[in-house]
Amino acid sequence: MNLEFEIAGGDFTKAGYASSQVKKMLKQLGVEAHCIKNIVIALYEAEVNVVAHAYEGQILVHIESDKITTKIIDKGPGIPDIEQAMQEGYSTASKKVREMGFGAGMGLPNIKKNTDKLQIQSKVDEGTTVEMVNYF
Amino acid sequence: MKVSDLIEQLNLEVISGEKGLDREVTGAYVSDLLSDVMGNARESQMWITLQVHQNVMAIASLKDLAAVILVKGLRPHESTIRHSNDEQIPILSTTDSTFEISGKLFELLKKEGCLA
Repeated sequence: MNLEFEIAGGDFTKAGYASSQVKKMLKQLGVEAHCIKNIVIALYEAEVNVVAHAYEGQILVHIESDKITTKIIDKGPGIPDIEQAMQEGYSTASKKVREMGFGAGMGLPNIKKNTDKLQIQSKVDEGTTVEMVNYF
Repeated sequence: MKVSDLIEQLNLEVISGEKGLDREVTGAYVSDLLSDVMGNARESQMWITLQVHQNVMAIASLKDLAAVILVKGLRPHESTIRHSNDEQIPILSTTDSTFEISGKLFELLKKEGCLA
């Protein structure tokens, strides 16, 4: 089963929509609650990252009998140093984003903690692709 | 304990999400960093915060939280209220500081044996 969502950079009003839809879908499919919780945390953080940093993005969700693969592809500034970005507390978020309570440098660490497989590819001035796999 | 039980005992004002007042409460999480709440809050907990924008409700809904308590008499944005009503997760308000309301809520939940 495949689901697809568009994300607009800078639009915080819609942040969480894709996560909410995926949560509902996985519940309907009877996926174990703990597993759903992990996926929802990771996907929400990925959504917020696109909204906070990129110009636009796309989420592709592929659900199989034993796993869910989520790909978040954005057009944006890219991440020059992925290892640094993965560090807890490191953030390049704007002041406005931080005032909302985002940008604490916890997003990517939250994604890592809550996925079974995580792959990040990024090109500066082009964009970032995050691929996450969670086994049921 | 239900959210409605806390309202009387802690003198909270119900701002929105009345349909969710019978949600069970099993504890609380206190933070103004959204990723912290996303990563660490647990289902059926109250969330005490000073953030008033609508992403608060997106998180409360994704995490199946019992209700949100806004401190120091802060008022939520209109969009936050709408989201709260849609999701049936109450927003409650207190004039207390975060420290005061957290202490009171902790004592009450502990006394009633409601801390999971």
